[in-house]
Amino acid sequence: METSSISAKDVNFYYGDFQALRNVSLEMERNTVTALIGPSGCGKSTFLRLLNRMNDLIPGARLEGKVTVDGEDIYGKNVQVVELRKKVGMVFQKPNPFPKSIFENVAYGLRVNGVRDRETIRSRVEESLRGAALWEEVKDKLKRSAFELSGGQQQRLCIARALAVQPSILLMDEPASALDPVSTSKVEDLIYELKKNYTIVIVTHNMQQAARVSDRTAFFYLGKLVEYDRTEKIFTHPSEEATQNYVTGRFG
Amino acid sequence: MKRLKKIAEAIAERVLMVSGFITSLVIVLIVLFLFREGAGLFGKPDVEEGYVLAVNRKNPVEKLSPRQIMEIFDGEITDWKQVGGAEEGIVVFRLNDITDYATEEELGPELDSIPQCLSRILSENSGMIAYVPKQYAADGFTGKRLAEGKITPRSFFGGREWYPTAQPSPQFGVVPLIMGTLWVSLGAILIALPFGLAVAIYMAELAGERIRRALKPAVELLAGIPSVVYGFFGLVVVVPLIQRGFGLPVGETGLAGSLILAVMALPTIITVAEDAIRNTPRAMKESSLALGATHWQTIRRVVLPYSVSGITAAAVLGIGRAIGETMAVLMVTGNAAVIPHTLLEPMRTIPATIAAELGEAPSGGAHYEALFLLGCILFVLTLAVSLSVEFISARRPKQTI
Ligand SMILES: Nc1ncnc2c1ncn2[C@@H]1O[C@H](COP(=O)(O)OP(=O)(O)OP(=O)(O)O)[C@@H](O)[C@H]1O
Ligand SMILES: [Mg+2]
Repeated sequence: METSSISAKDVNFYYGDFQALRNVSLEMERNTVTALIGPSGCGKSTFLRLLNRMNDLIPGARLEGKVTVDGEDIYGKNVQVVELRKKVGMVFQKPNPFPKSIFENVAYGLRVNGVRDRETIRSRVEESLRGAALWEEVKDKLKRSAFELSGGQQQRLCIARALAVQPSILLMDEPASALDPVSTSKVEDLIYELKKNYTIVIVTHNMQQAARVSDRTAFFYLGKLVEYDRTEKIFTHPSEEATQNYVTGRFG
Repeated sequence: MKRLKKIAEAIAERVLMVSGFITSLVIVLIVLFLFREGAGLFGKPDVEEGYVLAVNRKNPVEKLSPRQIMEIFDGEITDWKQVGGAEEGIVVFRLNDITDYATEEELGPELDSIPQCLSRILSENSGMIAYVPKQYAADGFTGKRLAEGKITPRSFFGGREWYPTAQPSPQFGVVPLIMGTLWVSLGAILIALPFGLAVAIYMAELAGERIRRALKPAVELLAGIPSVVYGFFGLVVVVPLIQRGFGLPVGETGLAGSLILAVMALPTIITVAEDAIRNTPRAMKESSLALGATHWQTIRRVVLPYSVSGITAAAVLGIGRAIGETMAVLMVTGNAAVIPHTLLEPMRTIPATIAAELGEAPSGGAHYEALFLLGCILFVLTLAVSLSVEFISARRPKQTI
């Protein structure tokens, strides 16, 4: 599967008058996991959501600067947002399956994108559920409501749902923060697996998690990108004192 | 200071409790009153109280149904054969016809010979049926009194004729009224639901904040217009339009009622449905968009399924509003108590019947009681509607975490 690289250059982002991102520049390579860390309200979600243009929906939101995926400006004039979002999948903080069956949840992205062939849909659903390490648990109850699953299973279902449209990038906003430790470690293992085939950007408040799953870590503070480096370096010898304070928990 | 606060709180608590209790009690009492007033109907004689029907001694007919009685006196049945007797023309006799058969001397100066005259007239006319006060057909009466029928639940709930003031046998069949109510309400909801839903979707999903702010009070204004005004509007605008549009003899039809009711039910439907649609979690919509769905696909495949219980509740509440509505319907539906076959016929609803007839129904009489029973039926209908709302809202999908 093709993976993609992402680059943001001199990005400023505004919610009306409020500036949520200041001059952020960040390059993410293919097949890497990038962790976004920083205190609450520093702009991690804002940054993540502008990579699939989710912020377009917010009235009064405005972006300056350039964001590219595989070298293509995703805010360019001829960009089809729908196509972009197929390429850049997203998993949200809270598991939020649709009020449909397990099967239909995963098939959703295929159906809205015009896939009709039943065999294609069936095999893609299975593949995605396997990819999200959920197949064994749900293969006998695909027709049951997705709400019957546990929170951890629902979150993996949401990951499967995102995988089904075969994106090359996966954005994850605190995907494990609403889960218990066992489910969390399952999701983390999954991220580790997925890295082979996807470029992953993950927001997390959990330092151990960032250290475990990511190759590179970006530390945001008050809308600024303070430091961006190899994860190992961020957690052992960060160049900035603020980073040091934050990762060691001596912050705020 | 603290003590005072505590006492005030205790008092407030009591006041709330008492008012809640009183309200529930009043509602229960009203319902009980309705049923008590109406329950007396069953077992009442099916001809006007205090009157009897009498025929010639030799007439083999023993009993007539209320329906037959009405048709005989309306001149629709003219031969005894049609009601199971011998072949003979029916002669209808009412008390004020008596001067055609007897002279003033025969009747006596104080009219005290009427019973004797009646006996004589009946024995002379073998095909006659007489409808007279009971006391004239008492001791020494030589005619045959027909057996007295009773109003039964079956004749009431299954009856297809509603002529509560018919003489001698009023007809209390509620089927045409129930059908009229259902037709008009169903028509209303079929018209109002698509429109209401469209407006709700528009307001919740598509309209900008400014348009929404203008639209919302407009919709609420619609709910504030008194129903006579709707009825008046219907009468002068909608009714003539329907008459001309469909080339009908009269424009006062079920359709006119449905249209007016649809407009009246719109605010309820729009408000409730919009709330339901708006309640779809933002994350749910965003997930759909994040999977590459368009806004429309998201509305159709995620938002509507998610809010389906709320939308159903909106529809049912709209029906509830339509079923109970009185004035506007009374003004535009034509009020013909016949079982309708299309929406383009005049029809009559239960509330309109009660409103139109209660004033002229003598208290305690069969008609009066029949109207109270109609009230009970209406109560049961609306209760069923609100219970189904409860049921539907209880089925709302549960969101975990
Ligand atoms: N829709 C919005 N409208 C206005 N301001 C917003 C909106 N969303 C976020 N903000 C503001 O932008 C800033 C950055 O928010 P963002 O959600 O990106 O923070 P975050 O780093 O993800 O925080 P957390 O860790 O708590 O999720 C915050 O100050 C927030 O108040
Ligand atoms: Mg966030």
